[in-house]
Amino acid sequence: MMSKMKSFHELKSVQERLKAGRDPKKPSVTICVGTGCLAYGTQKLVDSFREELAKRDLTGKIDFRTSGCHGFCERGPMVVIGPENTFYQRVGLGDAAEIIDKTLLKGEVIDRLLYIDPATGEKIVREDDVPFYKKQTRLVFGLNFKVDPESLEDYLAIDGYSALAKAMTMQPEAIIQEVIKANLRGRGGGGFPAGWKWDETRKADGEPKYVICNADEGDPGAYMDRSLLEGNPHLVLEGMIIGAYAIGSHEGYIYVRNEYPLAVKNIHTAIRQAREAGLLGENILGSGFSFDVKINRGGGAFVCGESSALFASLEGRAGEPRAKYIHATHRGLYDKPTNLNNVETWANVPFIINRGADWYCGIGTAGSKGTKIFSLVGKINNTGLVEVPMGTSLRKIVFEIGGGIPEGRKFKAIQTGGPSGGCIPDKLLDLPVDFDELTKIGSMMGSGGMIVMDERNCMVDVARYFTNFLVSESCGKCVPCREGIRRMRDILVDICEGKGREGDVDLLEKMAKGIVDGALCALGNSAPNPVMSTIRHFRDEYEAHVREKRCPSGVCKALITYSVDAEKCTGCTLCAKVCPTKAATGERKKAHVIDPEKCTKCGACRESCKFDAIIVR
Amino acid sequence: MEEKIKEIIQQYNGDKSYLVPILQDVQKEFNYLPKDALCAVSTHLSVPISRVYEVVTFYKAFSLTPKGRHQMCLCMGTACHVRGAELIASNISDILGIKEGETTADLEFSFETVGCVGACALGPVLVVNGEYHGHMNIAKSTKVLKKLGKKGATDDE
Repeated sequence: MMSKMKSFHELKSVQERLKAGRDPKKPSVTICVGTGCLAYGTQKLVDSFREELAKRDLTGKIDFRTSGCHGFCERGPMVVIGPENTFYQRVGLGDAAEIIDKTLLKGEVIDRLLYIDPATGEKIVREDDVPFYKKQTRLVFGLNFKVDPESLEDYLAIDGYSALAKAMTMQPEAIIQEVIKANLRGRGGGGFPAGWKWDETRKADGEPKYVICNADEGDPGAYMDRSLLEGNPHLVLEGMIIGAYAIGSHEGYIYVRNEYPLAVKNIHTAIRQAREAGLLGENILGSGFSFDVKINRGGGAFVCGESSALFASLEGRAGEPRAKYIHATHRGLYDKPTNLNNVETWANVPFIINRGADWYCGIGTAGSKGTKIFSLVGKINNTGLVEVPMGTSLRKIVFEIGGGIPEGRKFKAIQTGGPSGGCIPDKLLDLPVDFDELTKIGSMMGSGGMIVMDERNCMVDVARYFTNFLVSESCGKCVPCREGIRRMRDILVDICEGKGREGDVDLLEKMAKGIVDGALCALGNSAPNPVMSTIRHFRDEYEAHVREKRCPSGVCKALITYSVDAEKCTGCTLCAKVCPTKAATGERKKAHVIDPEKCTKCGACRESCKFDAIIVR
Repeated sequence: MEEKIKEIIQQYNGDKSYLVPILQDVQKEFNYLPKDALCAVSTHLSVPISRVYEVVTFYKAFSLTPKGRHQMCLCMGTACHVRGAELIASNISDILGIKEGETTADLEFSFETVGCVGACALGPVLVVNGEYHGHMNIAKSTKVLKKLGKKGATDDE
């Protein structure tokens, strides 16, 4: 436990002491234990490393660290060996002993665990040379590599909390002006300038004032906020304390999804450590300023990412939004002035204070500054978290960083902005990604989910999927959202089931307009986006469903049939084995057949076939 | 039960605004939210039962019915969806004979789907009793169920 620091000077000397105690040339082992890697069973690897190190009497002689998410989730479990930063990926849970004996003790590289660049076939040794990392600008997320999320010392050793110390020597108004000048826009989706919000809240009448961190990351397919909060909780906390100081708030909340147990645990630990060290609570660093943070776990409702619904939930009520005639900056939580920003926005604040708005404005586009972390998932070779400067093209993200589409299939669309966003076709791949460009083409930045789809994804089905998600997540308060989205979903289900009627697409467009105009909150206002954007860019697919009763991508069950390509079929009998209804039959080494009467279109045969002999039309 | 609930409420200093986390802890304790538990929360936290009921039925995380011994939770996030999670969902439903969100009559299996578990690199993901099973497919989901003792799961391997 760290003793309480009572001045900026003391903080500085603790940082210096910790830095001096770190030898960058000391051998080290860093293992990623983000939720993604843990899902691979990485905890076993960590335990085994500890055990093997102890056996060799190496504990303490090397720096052993478990860190938050490194982002290259596709390649977990991942181990980085210092000081050379040798990068091992897809490490086996029993590989610890070998890595210690060969790499750590003898400096030998284990070929089998290296990453192979699929483009060149070259084996890559150092972590920074992996193209997935090399082509990114890992400003905010890059710190995850360097700290154990449960160690305040680690964070202080990389000059953590120095932005807070600097901010507290500034006038609150000057901090706000700096954030305004940096044009820090809300990373949660809205893209509203954070500095303006801070300014409004500061000037608003009423006490107490609240500062809130929105970590209710509900977008399916997006997990960058979780990885920041669980990987570097002190960075988020530092941003919040700076914000609170600038705004003049003494009470804060972190509203985090209960589905993120590791993030909840790590932020709990961080808050406790920061309090003990005098960085949070009464009289922070002897400045006379006090601020404390409480954690509130969400109940699993997408709508609670919306600010006014989040306030209701924090107050212990059902998370229903309210009309925003009055801004939260004037009347938010408990009707008091409230400033709410999301995790990534808070995490950007220390950088702006430390390095200044001018430096920050050097990154990004005219209207969107800084970097953005995206969660690149779906039909993509390198699933993971990607941080790039605003304005980077989608093509670079998908093909250069993401490594393109698996199995040589064709790219069809990329979906941004979660259930409120839209699908972007290949002809727009050169679009620079920033808040304004995405909005122009009918999608949005959202919190940063990017879901890649290939030729085997049906865009009508995707629209139905999102709409269905929103039907179950609509809070039910206002009619346009509650009834409108439901009816849109019904029409989409009909179209997918081959019951689509002429005029359905026009009706969807008409309803979308009504919902956009009439719904109470952002969830409803943006709910038609997935439908509208797919109609806009993939109208031909809708028409194939409605007019020809055909699903060109082979997804919508009612419109497809399974058959066997007799030329490709080798008669391996695997499909017959996995078929639950015995619809696939045939003799060994002879082409099989599928009885359409018995076939339930479950897809088991296609999934098992190693020769791509199952035809779906 | 009442004592346990008092204890949980005490951990939050009886603060009404913590109703959601309190109910989460109660559910964790009893595996679901029995009626008596809701009444006890209402009494000891001085929140009307109608409000407690509103909150419980609003948030997805709460269940008013008991959950099965084995909890199957299939991720239906977008990344899993585009990789075919829906086909896996129908396979599990067919084998268990229940719809998503339901529990088998013998209280052996509960099956639910969730928005996103954020392990997209492993998608589709099936979380079985808290343990992640990645790169799920139809055949593998059948195997998982069979391993947990579900009869009638076709698996010839």
